[in-house]
Amino acid sequence: MTDTPSVPIPAKPRRSIFQILELDTRLLGMIGAFIFLSIAFHLMTDGRFLTPRNIFNLTIQTVSVAIMATGMVFVIVTRHIDLSVGALLATCSAIMAMTQTEVIPNWIGLGLEHPATPWLTILVGLAAGALIGAFHGWLIGYLTIPAFIVTLGGLLVWRNAAWYLTNGQTIGPLDSTFIKLGGINGTLGTTWSWVLGVLAVVAAVWALWSSRRNKISHGFPVKPVWAEATMAGVISTSILGFVWILNSYDIPVRRLARMFEARGEVMPEGYTASYGLPISVLLLIAVAIAMTLVAKRTRFGRYIFATGGNPDAAALSGINTRFLTVKVFALMGFLCALSAVVASARLTNHSNDIGTLDELRVIAAAVIGGTALAGGIGTIHGAILGALIMQSLQSGMAMVGVDAPLQNIVVGTVLVAAVLIDIIYRKRMGDA
Amino acid sequence: MSTPLVEMRDMHLSFGGIKAVDHVSVDLYPGEVVGVLGHNGAGKSCLMKMLSGAYHRDGGEVFVNGQPAAINNPRDARDYNIETIYQTLALADNLDAASNLFLGRELTTPLGFVDDAAMEAETRKIMNRLNPNFERFSAPVSALSGGQRQSVAIARAVYFDAKILIMDEPTAALGVEETRMVSELIDELKKQGIGIFLIDHDIHQVKQLCDRASVMKNGKLVGTVNVDEVTEDDLLGMIILGKNPRE
Repeated sequence: MTDTPSVPIPAKPRRSIFQILELDTRLLGMIGAFIFLSIAFHLMTDGRFLTPRNIFNLTIQTVSVAIMATGMVFVIVTRHIDLSVGALLATCSAIMAMTQTEVIPNWIGLGLEHPATPWLTILVGLAAGALIGAFHGWLIGYLTIPAFIVTLGGLLVWRNAAWYLTNGQTIGPLDSTFIKLGGINGTLGTTWSWVLGVLAVVAAVWALWSSRRNKISHGFPVKPVWAEATMAGVISTSILGFVWILNSYDIPVRRLARMFEARGEVMPEGYTASYGLPISVLLLIAVAIAMTLVAKRTRFGRYIFATGGNPDAAALSGINTRFLTVKVFALMGFLCALSAVVASARLTNHSNDIGTLDELRVIAAAVIGGTALAGGIGTIHGAILGALIMQSLQSGMAMVGVDAPLQNIVVGTVLVAAVLIDIIYRKRMGDA
Repeated sequence: MSTPLVEMRDMHLSFGGIKAVDHVSVDLYPGEVVGVLGHNGAGKSCLMKMLSGAYHRDGGEVFVNGQPAAINNPRDARDYNIETIYQTLALADNLDAASNLFLGRELTTPLGFVDDAAMEAETRKIMNRLNPNFERFSAPVSALSGGQRQSVAIARAVYFDAKILIMDEPTAALGVEETRMVSELIDELKKQGIGIFLIDHDIHQVKQLCDRASVMKNGKLVGTVNVDEVTEDDLLGMIILGKNPRE
């Protein structure tokens, strides 16, 4: 068979710098929008936005939504939706709060602050999340109830299951090891942050190099060496820059003094220490890497995208699309539970309204991050960047002093505008 | 004659009260092309979908190489080396050619990750044979022309050593030149001893490509004839009037 004449011959001679670097222009656009937003807020707040302290806060505020957004990418790519993630987060948080303050100390009799408590709690929470998610997936995949309905029902059910479990009370304080996973209460400190940063750079460069070697071994075209080197440079600078910024956020002197007091010591004169990388951010990075690997390098991920692109073709290829739906929603539930760990640990207690409206933030993050509601298209890093943009917009407006109702009006408008821009972009690029 | 490659005996399939396939028997020998003809809704696609595992039969038996075959889903059919090229091509538009070719049967690295590089290399090899002009290996198949998409669908069937090939109107969306290429491919596959069921509307093409033709009307088999022994008008009569020229 030959090509029909209407097919454009791939343009060889004129290649832009983006094409040579094989960069996703859409991703670049998002990064550009994010940088623009940051600088605009920085100017409007007289230089309070792009400070180590605010960047630190932004990252830990983004983690919970971003973790769930990675799962939402898979859900939306398979042409489903999950409206229950905020409610599911609340139920998982309630279950974990009860487990660590009531079940383990009193029913099992291990008492408060037992070393096994946080890990048992997290295990119970993750299992509950995955189980509830799998149940949703079964209703959707096998009983063919639309995901919109199942998770709309789930939104009411799980929000109020959380209420019922805790009688609507705020449960706290949570286990002191558990709350280390929340953000400011658990950070790596300067040295370990640098060690991790350097390890990440080594890993990134190795990944670039081995992918290049793999391509050469199959005789595929590769990028010019300078392009690879530029990419490696940009990635390394970003990683180390991020670590440097977080390491520049010093722990306030009074807080340091209290920490020494708690240990029964006296703080030496002129002692300083910085927070460094929060454990919750490491968790998000781990989730991002794992989810990207799943999306791009596993059969499960391949089937998710194939099913989103053409469900019939996937089924005819022998893919069990029903069971796939169960797995996708179970994974979503698991990630909601993981977010519940981070969210409740950050607040140091479980409150009745935890995760309220998170479903909208999560869906918005995935959609702003380039996930197409028609299915088949979406990236993990896009969704995380989407979550970061949403969070920056929200806290930036709060810092500028925009009225609360106006903040929500802007966020809603940005969501709709982002999708419109995406539609126009895809039309221009010709991949509808 | 030798044992048939495929024998479908007394197949039936109903949707609600409608008998889509009504006690139909057909067979296929190695190196043979059997045309499956009929109007829209005659039941020819349904009959073939029972063989490819897309539909679950209500009754009847399938034999592959004389042995009873349990085909309950597309995966089972693939295990019997039955491959199908659907009219809709059944491609995931958002994935590239290699991902589509290996969909459901991905090559993996020792660690269990999908091996995209190896799959692309294999795709390049087979495309080189089927469609040497094919160059766009990294583009999603939605960006390809009808002919290119068709060659991806055919490559998928050919790559996995199909013994039995079901082609559902393979030339419906193609131009003259591309249709000729498909005809040549069918001839080549015949020589390799592959049996082909060809669902088609085009009587002229059936006369050219097929050895035998089984004609269906309203879910029933009108008859199976040697194409060389009947005229185009005979075939038309079978399709439109349900009249077997031998009776």
